[in-house]
Amino acid sequence: MAAATAGGLRQPSVLPGFGLTLGITLTYLSLIVLVPLAALVASAAGLGWDGFWKSVLQPRVLAAFQISLATALVAALVNAVFGLVVAWVLVRYDFPGKKLVDAIVDLPFALPTAVAGIALTGLYAPNGWVGGMLASLGIKVAFTPIGITIALIFIGLPFVVRMVEPVLQDFEAEQEEAAGMLGAGRLATFVRVILPAILPALLTGFAMAFARALGEYGSVIFIAGNLPMVSEIVPLLIVIRLEQYDYGGAAAVATMMLGVSFALLLVINLLQQWVRSRHGS
Amino acid sequence: MALDAFFGPAAAPARPVRSEPRLVRGVLIGTALAFLAIFLVLPLAVVFAQAFAGGVQAWLDSLVEPDALAAIRLTLMAAAIAVPLNLVFGVAAAWCIARFEFRGKSLLTTLIDLPFSVSPVIAGLIYVLLFGLNGWLGPWLRDHDIQIVFALPGIVLATIFVTFPFVARELIPLMQEQGAEEEEAAIMLGASGWQTFRRVTLPKIRWGLLYGVLLCNARAMGEFGAVSVVSGHIRGETNTMPLHVEILYNEYNMVAAFAVASLLALLALVTLVVKSLLEWRYAGELAASRRH
Amino acid sequence: MHARTRSLAALLLGAALACGATASRTASAADSNLLNVSYDPTRELYADYNKLFAAKWKTESGQTVAIRQSHGGSGTQARSVIDGNDADVVTLALAYDIDAIADAGRLDKDWQKEFPDNSSPYTSTIVFLVRKGNPKAIKDWDDLVKPGTQVITPNPKTSGGARWNFLAAYGYALDKNGGDEAKAKEFTSQLLKNVPVLDTGARGATITFVQRGLGDVLLAWENEAFLAVKELGPDKFDIVVPSVSILAEPPVAIVDQVVDRKGTRKAAEAYLRTLYTPEAQDLAARHYYRPRLAEVADRYADRFPKLEMFTIDGKFGGWRSAQAKFFADGGIFDQIYTPGR
Repeated sequence: MAAATAGGLRQPSVLPGFGLTLGITLTYLSLIVLVPLAALVASAAGLGWDGFWKSVLQPRVLAAFQISLATALVAALVNAVFGLVVAWVLVRYDFPGKKLVDAIVDLPFALPTAVAGIALTGLYAPNGWVGGMLASLGIKVAFTPIGITIALIFIGLPFVVRMVEPVLQDFEAEQEEAAGMLGAGRLATFVRVILPAILPALLTGFAMAFARALGEYGSVIFIAGNLPMVSEIVPLLIVIRLEQYDYGGAAAVATMMLGVSFALLLVINLLQQWVRSRHGS
Repeated sequence: MALDAFFGPAAAPARPVRSEPRLVRGVLIGTALAFLAIFLVLPLAVVFAQAFAGGVQAWLDSLVEPDALAAIRLTLMAAAIAVPLNLVFGVAAAWCIARFEFRGKSLLTTLIDLPFSVSPVIAGLIYVLLFGLNGWLGPWLRDHDIQIVFALPGIVLATIFVTFPFVARELIPLMQEQGAEEEEAAIMLGASGWQTFRRVTLPKIRWGLLYGVLLCNARAMGEFGAVSVVSGHIRGETNTMPLHVEILYNEYNMVAAFAVASLLALLALVTLVVKSLLEWRYAGELAASRRH
Repeated sequence: MHARTRSLAALLLGAALACGATASRTASAADSNLLNVSYDPTRELYADYNKLFAAKWKTESGQTVAIRQSHGGSGTQARSVIDGNDADVVTLALAYDIDAIADAGRLDKDWQKEFPDNSSPYTSTIVFLVRKGNPKAIKDWDDLVKPGTQVITPNPKTSGGARWNFLAAYGYALDKNGGDEAKAKEFTSQLLKNVPVLDTGARGATITFVQRGLGDVLLAWENEAFLAVKELGPDKFDIVVPSVSILAEPPVAIVDQVVDRKGTRKAAEAYLRTLYTPEAQDLAARHYYRPRLAEVADRYADRFPKLEMFTIDGKFGGWRSAQAKFFADGGIFDQIYTPGR
């Protein structure tokens, strides 16, 4: 069935297996992702148009979105800056233990988020190793939006590094050398020649870190403090609504969030196409 | 493009015109290391410091305790079901996306990426809405005595959802980069589709595949948010390792909580080691997949 | 080759189904199998009580019973039962959560009359946990609203215990001001201004207070406060009993829909009824719950200080109306909660 209908839509190829693999892909995608997400949207739709907006536009929901977006944005920005530095150092310089450092960058991908959350809370709480030091300087980290941001930095750290690294590696020396020979300083060369070349990758990494941070729950929940309007993130608000037996309300907020995720994803894909076209040329 | 993979990583040592003054280099390296130390190494150190706070014996005791063992077993089982399913899906998706041109392909790619940016909480919620007793299928499932949420199938579904794109994401760019020429040649020489896949494609993608499976597995074992929503938290039965960590933490049992956490952290470290080994040995083959 | 792939696929599918099947009917050697879905602070109590009941049930009926436990925030737990977690019995933090399960049709609306004492076999109250030596000299509710005193309590939207905390404070303020609602609102609003963290559950709040070192006073269940002192060091904390507090009645109920389908009603009923026996009451007292049985209560009189307690029914007209008035979206909690630090 899939082969017959899809067959007309594709360009001819001698390779077999199109129908089978597309069939598997679409079936699996529908079962695991699309139908359940449709159930979510449908149950939000159960509120009706007015009910949906009334539920989503409450000050507390808006505040949660504001907090989630702001902390995710700051975290992604920090990751963009420091991720670039890390990628640069890993590609361009040699120093002892470099391979170890390179390996540990992926730790947030592999470490369970709840473990990260508990560890970070222990570290940054007023009586923790780092939190104690900061507390004596009058800086409160755990249980404030700063704490949320720190957890999100942890979660998003590998994205920028891993996106920028290969592009930096492939960057052709000629352009840089030419710039150098023409008398440009290192900084000028970096800003005018290197940065434009890695910008698409940097932006993609930034967007991915941002998208991931926006939905993060496990690592944030322990460190956030969860004060409504101050340090309450959107995923927590969904859980809170569920616990008040407000399924429609939870689904409404979740649908809203789903829309944001999907928009971000489209941006990422466009960026990636840009990377590919840049890279290919 | 393919040549890049060959020349790229093997670039000659930095020439003077491409390098910075010693001081700048030192500052940059220092910044990078300090950043990584604060955000990655310290949390990891906390986990192990707390886990062994009561000595090795206490650490071991907390791991062989029946509920901990049940959690470990459940986590392994959920991963053992979720990862192979995602593997089959990933290969199928990569084959049809990387080897054919068809309408709606970029939409399909976006949809495959979707679970990656959906909040884990939503991932759990959707299955409750679908299979919960008040959900679409709930009443029918109960009449047939099938339990999905608050039992293993729900945990597996949530795990599959959050690890959905990992293998496909790894394979699609890799296979796109490699091109279809060799497979086409094999088919024209009379090989069957399955033979072509096994003899031509699989050897070319196996390291990328393994790499995707490793990341998929690490995330599958460590997922908290999504699984927490569908688990039901029944002791010794539907608590996965990350949930068990939370429970022990809530019982003021810090040593045991961090002992189980350290096991998960160890798993993460093993994943990283294997992944790095793969990278160093098969840098050329993997370079393509890392580029995107 | 084809055969091999197919058999592999069949194997995977089979494994998945087999796991599903075993998980749905946790095969157990026991004659009956009960699932008790409970809230956070009862872990230790039910771990012991389950042993007691299993032994008792064995001698009385000759049958073995396996009891599985699930703990979490009271609201989360109720929701999981509503959504199909197959609990035979629920033992939750407050009646409203069981009402919600009843509203979903999973158990009888008159559940609270099924067992004695409002179906609450043990009670508790809300007390203060302070740091050793009580450095801020906290004696009563009025001390909690003083500027500079940090109060730790969980979020009433997600935590049953926090709702008791809130209502205890509100009830105190009502009494003090001759029933003036505006004054009571102002009092609780002042109190909430002193709250730096709202954890999602009672245990989370306790951990914030005792492990993270945050706050000067923790509002807690009496049993949680005792447990924290026992587990984490009597040299670190003191319990302060206020002049007035609320009588907290954590209720229990049978989930009719589940026991009828599973055929476990007899065991489930015995399980909850046995909670009222002297041995079980003694166990509850040892886990710092106030026993209902007078003879047991007398034995532990020195453990539980006497204080004036008001009830939710007397002061707020029961949980349903309290929930709607205080904790629903747009309710009094939302109105007076104005964070802004």
